[in-house]
Amino acid sequence: MDEFLQKHYKELTKEEIATVITRLTKETKDKYGADVTISDPQPQEGVKFGYALNLSICIGCRKCAEACHKENNHDRPSHQSYIRVLSRCRRARSISRKAMPTTTIPSRRRTNSTCRSNATSATGPPAWMSAPSRPPGRKRTASSSWTTTGASAAGTAKPPARITPVVSTGQKPSIPKEEINPVQAYLSNRIRPQGVMEKCTFCLHRTRNGRLPACLEACPTGARVFGNLLDPKSEIRWVLENKRVFVLKEDVGTKPQFFTSSTNRTLRHLPHS
Amino acid sequence: MSRLLKQHPSLAWIALVVLATLCSLAVVWAQKSLSTTKVAPAAKSEAKPKLHPVTIKPGPATPRLDTGLRDAKGDAITAACSTCHSTTTPNTNRHTAHDLFQAHRGLSYAHGNLTCLSCHNAKDYDTLHLADGRSVAFPDVMTLCAQCHGTAMRDYLHGSHGGMNGHWNLTQGPRVRNNCVNCHDPQVPRSASPRMRRPSLRSPN
Repeated sequence: MDEFLQKHYKELTKEEIATVITRLTKETKDKYGADVTISDPQPQEGVKFGYALNLSICIGCRKCAEACHKENNHDRPSHQSYIRVLSRCRRARSISRKAMPTTTIPSRRRTNSTCRSNATSATGPPAWMSAPSRPPGRKRTASSSWTTTGASAAGTAKPPARITPVVSTGQKPSIPKEEINPVQAYLSNRIRPQGVMEKCTFCLHRTRNGRLPACLEACPTGARVFGNLLDPKSEIRWVLENKRVFVLKEDVGTKPQFFTSSTNRTLRHLPHS
Repeated sequence: MSRLLKQHPSLAWIALVVLATLCSLAVVWAQKSLSTTKVAPAAKSEAKPKLHPVTIKPGPATPRLDTGLRDAKGDAITAACSTCHSTTTPNTNRHTAHDLFQAHRGLSYAHGNLTCLSCHNAKDYDTLHLADGRSVAFPDVMTLCAQCHGTAMRDYLHGSHGGMNGHWNLTQGPRVRNNCVNCHDPQVPRSASPRMRRPSLRSPN
């Protein structure tokens, strides 16, 4: 491990982690006036999280996106969320064409809005990371981190569709004090500086404690299925074994643990964008 | 051997008794060994962490019809289904609410080719009935839905249909699941209930 990190980093001791958490709690109190509890939940033994989304069931109501927005203490004015909902024409046979992010309710003409989650819990680096030159159309901030509001970038070969104007690093997201979710974890939903690329953590402050992710609890349809991939009796395993399952951008090689499934002919073509 | 038995016939009986006791002893021993093997997995299951329950929200209670009248307090006066239906004979020729003259007029109804009495029990209007005639209480409506919607029920039983709250890991906490009619309107299942339709207007993409 030391060889891999080239002695640039060292593992924090428990006391040092406690110091960091105390500092972060104090910073949140100073900047936002909110009392929060930041924990550091550890992964469970014998558990590998998997998430599936059934596009045939999803009605595109965007409650998942809203729940994610609130749960993860995202910046309010930019409506940041790890989930994007794509609206497509009813006739469109693939979500890659004429699909666009939507903030409106599904209409009659553009009904059947397809919900796409960017919660690609990638287990490896995307292909473009090893590319010598930076990907086209991508801006860099002073801190050399890609600026994006979407979490999709970690799982995409192309640059993410949502690139905001460059936000200076360290700028704090604006959230009203009373809207801050006080149940926070060091690695997931604590209030994070803007301008740094991030992606969905499967709500690890919830899921590592056995709870369901916020977007799943918000979903009224049950299109979302979460569970332990290593447990052969889990719901997620049943979905993977019995539904038509796709993985978005599998060719990038990030081995995402987010699966898209379909029960009927809603998706006749593999989505690719 | 045969000569010995001829001389002492009682020996045969003694031998039989000895054999019988040996057999019974063997049976007792086998039972004991079986029972010990049975005990072993029970002890294992005790070692397993206790699973928390998965609760399915009960369906709505037996409905009552709003008569449109108010009592002295101003509360709506409602009537049980059987209040009116016990004095009337069910007319099986009426298939939709449009055909009705007295109550339930204007009820929007579109559920395939079913009629009211496909689900409502003409023998006891405070209950529903299955296709085979068995009555089902209103809160247990899922049994009724599952008769036709088998694929939805299959997915539901495997946790991939219907909203839920709680824990993915049942060793750490319970889970609460929605009933069919929490989200689907049984009269007009195509149009989802407000719970499914209402998205907030200014939410993130």
